[in-house]
Amino acid sequence: MGSRLFQALADGVLGGGVYGLMAVGLTLIFGVLDIINIAQGILVILGSYLSYVLWAHLHIDVFLGLLITIPLMFVLGVAIQWFFIRPLRGRERTSMSLLASYSVAIIIEGLLYQVFGSNYQSIQTKYFTNTIKVFGYYIPYIYLYGFGLAVLFVAAVYYMLYRTQFGRSVRATMQDQTAARLIGIDVNRVAALTFGIGVAVTAAGGMVYGSINSFSPNSGADLISRLLAIIILGGMGSIVGALGAAVIMITLESLVDVFWNPNWSVVVFYAVLVLVLVFRPQGILGRKEARAQ
Amino acid sequence: MSASRPMSASPMSASPMNASPVRANAIWRIAAAVALLAVVAAVPLTSNVTLVHVGVFVLMYVGMAVSWNIFSGFSGYISLGYAVFFGSGLYTVAIFSKHLNLTGSTVFAFLPVGAVVAGVIAIPVGLIALRVRRHTFVVITIAIFFIFQLMAYNFGFTGGSAGILPPYLNWDPNTFNNPFYYIALIVAVGSMVLAWGIWGSRFGLQLRAIRDDEDRARGLGVKTMRVKLIAFVISALIAGVLGGLYFYFQQEALPEFAFNPFLDLTIALMVFVGGFGTLWGPVFGALLLEPYLGYAQLQISNSYVSEIVLGGLFLFVILVLPRGILPTAREKLTALRAGQQRRSAAKGASPPSGMTASAVQAGSGSPSTGSMR
Repeated sequence: MGSRLFQALADGVLGGGVYGLMAVGLTLIFGVLDIINIAQGILVILGSYLSYVLWAHLHIDVFLGLLITIPLMFVLGVAIQWFFIRPLRGRERTSMSLLASYSVAIIIEGLLYQVFGSNYQSIQTKYFTNTIKVFGYYIPYIYLYGFGLAVLFVAAVYYMLYRTQFGRSVRATMQDQTAARLIGIDVNRVAALTFGIGVAVTAAGGMVYGSINSFSPNSGADLISRLLAIIILGGMGSIVGALGAAVIMITLESLVDVFWNPNWSVVVFYAVLVLVLVFRPQGILGRKEARAQ
Repeated sequence: MSASRPMSASPMSASPMNASPVRANAIWRIAAAVALLAVVAAVPLTSNVTLVHVGVFVLMYVGMAVSWNIFSGFSGYISLGYAVFFGSGLYTVAIFSKHLNLTGSTVFAFLPVGAVVAGVIAIPVGLIALRVRRHTFVVITIAIFFIFQLMAYNFGFTGGSAGILPPYLNWDPNTFNNPFYYIALIVAVGSMVLAWGIWGSRFGLQLRAIRDDEDRARGLGVKTMRVKLIAFVISALIAGVLGGLYFYFQQEALPEFAFNPFLDLTIALMVFVGGFGTLWGPVFGALLLEPYLGYAQLQISNSYVSEIVLGGLFLFVILVLPRGILPTAREKLTALRAGQQRRSAAKGASPPSGMTASAVQAGSGSPSTGSMR
């Protein structure tokens, strides 16, 4: 009982940190650009595949490989924003951006299928096989390092937002785009860079995800629905909320998994989302939208 | 910008002629619609099994796109939970026919039951989801969708991942598709007529007011929640019928196809290609895309390529024709007619014949009616 509880909590908190990292990218993009990047899920999987290629074919350590994959994903993010999101204008911009990022997602998914096939892959490094014994329960190192990495990245994003000049312009753009433009902020540049940063964190998220789970191009859809549930629960645009919601939800899921039935753990995940929104439509830490739509 | 020109350029003397060309126009349109319907209804007479098979899918997608648009297009709430109602209708019909051991054409009697169950499910779902707007609404519909899919996998009465087997239909393979074709045709035409009726009605105007500015609509006295919910339920009823039809036609009730995430995205793509929130855009989009998708599905070896092509197509539409093909085409046509009109006005002479005069009149009349169809 005790060890199962500990196992569930450890899985939930440590795994939740990784989901938190992916969700932070998503919520940051939402906060600045007011769009939901549906491609975030498949981009995480792309990050997993990039790490997989570096590890399996070039024998580069997965953590060292991040030095290559993070800049790559950053450039990809900026390019997606520049070519497919920025040109959207008009009343339907919000829904259009949703569909545009969805299109990007299915193109990436199709390309991944084309290149890697539909078989499940996994990154089996020494970080997964070596374990550390805590309270009679063995935790693979990857969980700890992954959690540490997530904390590091979230802290870096937080520092960037609240302690730098660029962060100030990002926050100004989040608050009021027109006003930000008026005081001389290059909103297009801020939007592109923010999208790039939001996508770049998926390189790290994908590496850890791929080291813990086996993945196929099909995994993107499952990931994005979880990430969306997390950022809505946390309150869209709230970074702390995303992190908190990720840990809460993944912990809840693993508790249901261990103590009840793995088949229902995902249902509980979404049911909690629906329940919370019945009572608090703006999420746990979200602000109420004034004149939405 | 160019759309406003013909109004200012329209000749003053033309107004007395207004009535007769409009009425003639309406008669022409009705005649064209009846002729088209006759041609479509005659397709099974060709006894080309493949053609009819594809036709059933095309008509089903027309029905789905139109009914999706009745809620999402008119109200502006993009729902990715349409498959919830499709799947509910499908499983309802499947469970009924399994327990009652139905055979023969009595199977179709249970399609309305599927619709009603889907409609009833839509009420609590709508009451929850319609409290939130925009992105949050989209995501809530996705979440509810996944709850239903997982329930279909996990509950006993749905047969889990093995699904439910349909009754064996001992029909002649040459005419097997025909009943499905005619039912799909009835549903498709029925939803089109329904959409057309709603479009200009008080209810439709209330829906479109919600799309434009929900808070202002409420301020003006629209009971927004009730209006949204009714449209949501209407859309679900049609989804339920088509789900039930799909069950017999495809002879399967499997969780991954009954609750298929790609269904919603395909429908959304069709509607956006044709013209989101317009009256005839969804019909056009479904007619244009479903044959391609059906073809791509047959080419299984290339299914990933077809996925990439679909994504590229979607991006192209969004970036180049963001408002859909029909509204954009209408705009271009109006601009073209305005150009002709300017040239004839510059000559200082009356248009060469009565035909062009009425065409010019129709062209200058349509933009002043305001909203895009």
